[in-house]
Amino acid sequence: MARSVKKGPYVFHKLVDKIMRAKESKKKTVIKTWSRSSMIIPDMVGLTIAVHNGKTFVPVFITENMVGHKLGEFSPTRNFRGHGGKKK
Amino acid sequence: MARIAGVDLPRNKRGVISLTYIYGIGRSSAKEILAKCGIDENIKVQDWTDENVRSISVLIQNEYRVEGELRSEVQMNIKRLMDIGCYRGVRHRKGLPLRGQRTKTNARTRKGRKKTVANKKKVTK
Repeated sequence: MARSVKKGPYVFHKLVDKIMRAKESKKKTVIKTWSRSSMIIPDMVGLTIAVHNGKTFVPVFITENMVGHKLGEFSPTRNFRGHGGKKK
Repeated sequence: MARIAGVDLPRNKRGVISLTYIYGIGRSSAKEILAKCGIDENIKVQDWTDENVRSISVLIQNEYRVEGELRSEVQMNIKRLMDIGCYRGVRHRKGLPLRGQRTKTNARTRKGRKKTVANKKKVTK
């Protein structure tokens, strides 16, 4: 079921703090986060956020088109390299 | 011959059914259109007057997205997903199902006809 509009988009509160600080300082630092379920809000546009995929942090540069998606959508948790093939 | 939104409608079918031959119009929107134009939905296309045809095509043009316009919108939405590199976009690129369905078996609608892998051994017990 979709989330209630009344509550607004879900963003992990510590991530919000970090984003606000990054925006104030105007520095392009990479923000690390484990919060894959946080929604991308317009404030994040232009920042690079490193989203954890269970193993490493995948840097994601946020563009305007991505607003409304979740961070986890841009950090794949599985890496399928294909079947078989000859060994070298 | 009734030609609406660049599609020839079958003449010997009832109005509601005929309108669904247009891409983007299904049973419910066909019903809606005919109700708005004040045409009985059971009247066959061949019995429509020119006035009827005109009012229907004007209505569709003004209030509905159909055919090419709708198709290109859908394509644009898919392209957007692929460009931003999100999970659904990646699945579109690979031609796999987007919504978490299993792909070990089935998923043939997205993957197309079966491709047999040569010399694939069955798992021995």
